[in-house]
Amino acid sequence: MTPEQTMPQATGPDFDDPNAPEFTAYGGDWSEIADEAARLGQQRVVINMGPQHPSTHGVLRVMLEIEGETVTEARAGIGYLHTGIEKNMEFRTWTQGVTFATRMDYVASMFNEAVFCLGTEKLLGITDDVPEKANVLRVLMMELTRIGSHLVAIGTGGNEMGATTVMTTAFIGREDTFRVIEMLSGLRTNNAYIRPGGVAQDTPEGFVDYVRDMIPLVKQRLDELADIQLKNPIFIGRLKDVAVLDLAPAMSLGVTGPMLRSAGVPYDVRKADPYCGYEDYDFQVPTSTDADAYSRVILRLEECYESLKIVEQCAARLEELEGAPVMVADKKIAWPAQLSLGTDGQGNSPEHIKHIMGDSMEALIHHFKLVTEGFKVPAGQAYVAVENPKGLLGCHVVSDGGTKPWRAHFRDPGFNNLQALSILTQGGQVADVVVAIATIDMVLGGVDR
Amino acid sequence: MSETQDLSGAAPVAPEGRTLINVRQGMFGGPGGDTSGYGGLKRVIEMPGATERPYGEWFDGVVDVLEELLGERAGEAIQYVVVDRGELTLHVAREHLLEVATHLRDDQDLRFEMCLGVSGVHYPADEGRELHACYPMQSITHNRRLRVEVAVSEDDARIPSITSVYPMNNWHERETYDFFGIVFDGHPALARIAMPDDWVGHPQRKDYPLGGIPIEYKGAEVPSPDTRRQYR
Repeated sequence: MTPEQTMPQATGPDFDDPNAPEFTAYGGDWSEIADEAARLGQQRVVINMGPQHPSTHGVLRVMLEIEGETVTEARAGIGYLHTGIEKNMEFRTWTQGVTFATRMDYVASMFNEAVFCLGTEKLLGITDDVPEKANVLRVLMMELTRIGSHLVAIGTGGNEMGATTVMTTAFIGREDTFRVIEMLSGLRTNNAYIRPGGVAQDTPEGFVDYVRDMIPLVKQRLDELADIQLKNPIFIGRLKDVAVLDLAPAMSLGVTGPMLRSAGVPYDVRKADPYCGYEDYDFQVPTSTDADAYSRVILRLEECYESLKIVEQCAARLEELEGAPVMVADKKIAWPAQLSLGTDGQGNSPEHIKHIMGDSMEALIHHFKLVTEGFKVPAGQAYVAVENPKGLLGCHVVSDGGTKPWRAHFRDPGFNNLQALSILTQGGQVADVVVAIATIDMVLGGVDR
Repeated sequence: MSETQDLSGAAPVAPEGRTLINVRQGMFGGPGGDTSGYGGLKRVIEMPGATERPYGEWFDGVVDVLEELLGERAGEAIQYVVVDRGELTLHVAREHLLEVATHLRDDQDLRFEMCLGVSGVHYPADEGRELHACYPMQSITHNRRLRVEVAVSEDDARIPSITSVYPMNNWHERETYDFFGIVFDGHPALARIAMPDDWVGHPQRKDYPLGGIPIEYKGAEVPSPDTRRQYR
């Protein structure tokens, strides 16, 4: 790039002053820098927060222009966690794509899998063929992940304001949800559990009881979080009327999720455009009109209680669906193998190996073809959206009729909502930037993909 | 970006309202070496083509309102309409995109308050319309979703920015510029967003390699993903 090029830059300075002094702080040398800045009489200070700052939820760079303690301009620089997930997915089968998609927003990985699988199923035209039990398990996994994601949002938000107990309490609760997810899928996060056509694994023995035992444990943590936070004067002082985003800017910036609902719009894709059978569950969508950081914490807590209600209903349904299929009946799409737990960890079930290696040559060919080649998806495009803990997660998938996506694009709610950072922070205090970032609750893995 | 850009030039029109994805030869899609006896087989892979009325559901009503608002420009603005898999896609000529977007947002019968971003798709075989930009529009009022699709050629990859109508599309347009090289005219600051500022090329175009190195596993060499055998 030549110096005279007038291309806008995302990360370069937006003013042309080659004589502007530059400081690099390594910690512990702040007084020297402050003295030097005072000596030079600089009014306008531009500081970089991040990319490696613990309160930026990943690797986010925030460029702040400050006067004293007041933020006059804030810009977000992203892309530090760009891993080319969408490009990579064009070179793997539709089933393998799940493994990539799940790693985008790694705090809410189930939703990435779900939205990609819903898109694939829409292209295949098998949305209605997905068995009921698979849908119940998807809903269960998504709601557990929603609780986990909200707990991370609340917990890390508290930690960033100096309240470590909030974080430890939230993470203990999240661990309880992880135990259930691990029992079902074998992994805590990045599960690749939801697959095109259903889910990877049926429920193990005693699963429903395990889910029921988890519910009061998580509820207790949620109660604790509400008790230690909501009436706390420091908490109220830091969050009330901070990072306000009213209805008009929220709509014009396309903000969704708890941020939009805190501004008074009860928009939730689970209610507006139900998928995976959400229309059959009894739950509420909490809203507020305060539009500040405090109301968003309350909404996230309330949503966790609503999710627990859905989890309870899932448990009841799973009891009735004992032994029901969890994959589409179409053997040309359904993954041929079931996993099972062996002495050396999870792997293909011995019965399946015996069947393909000992009994049936055709079954071996079928397994081999489906696993190496994948299944063909008719040419066309589809767009699906799900309600992720952060907002509307959209997925645009295009197929060229082959066994791999021609294009898979994800509209991560964090990516869109992070655009509101400037409007949330400008004119406020530097310390409130941290609160604003916590209240957006984006995860940079999803933002950068 | 530049205000002087002339967008009045003829917009590329798809023949019979179709998007060509690929032409495959032979049994396995690869050139030469096909000993199956099907080497002469030629298959044209296309996206679902234009749909005739009635479109079904609420689609007719929305297209009617839009055509009425556009008046005599409706014919050239909406090139063709595709209804596939329960989704409505309006293929719009780029010079009319801003007007279409404004109507979609403002009219009380349309009210698509949110644009859920812009997703680029590269179809190298679709001559003169290689780069497509897909805008999913979401109406919260009417609980509807449709897609506006704009196609441009690689040589003249310019589309007017709709950030003046949908400010939320700011970063989305930067992303599509970064990955596909579509220039959104009138965007306030069309900088790269994910790749470094001095990056050369647009990584999600089909002619941009994925990269990667072969991996050795238990004595065998596994080639990098984009050089493996393709089952297209």
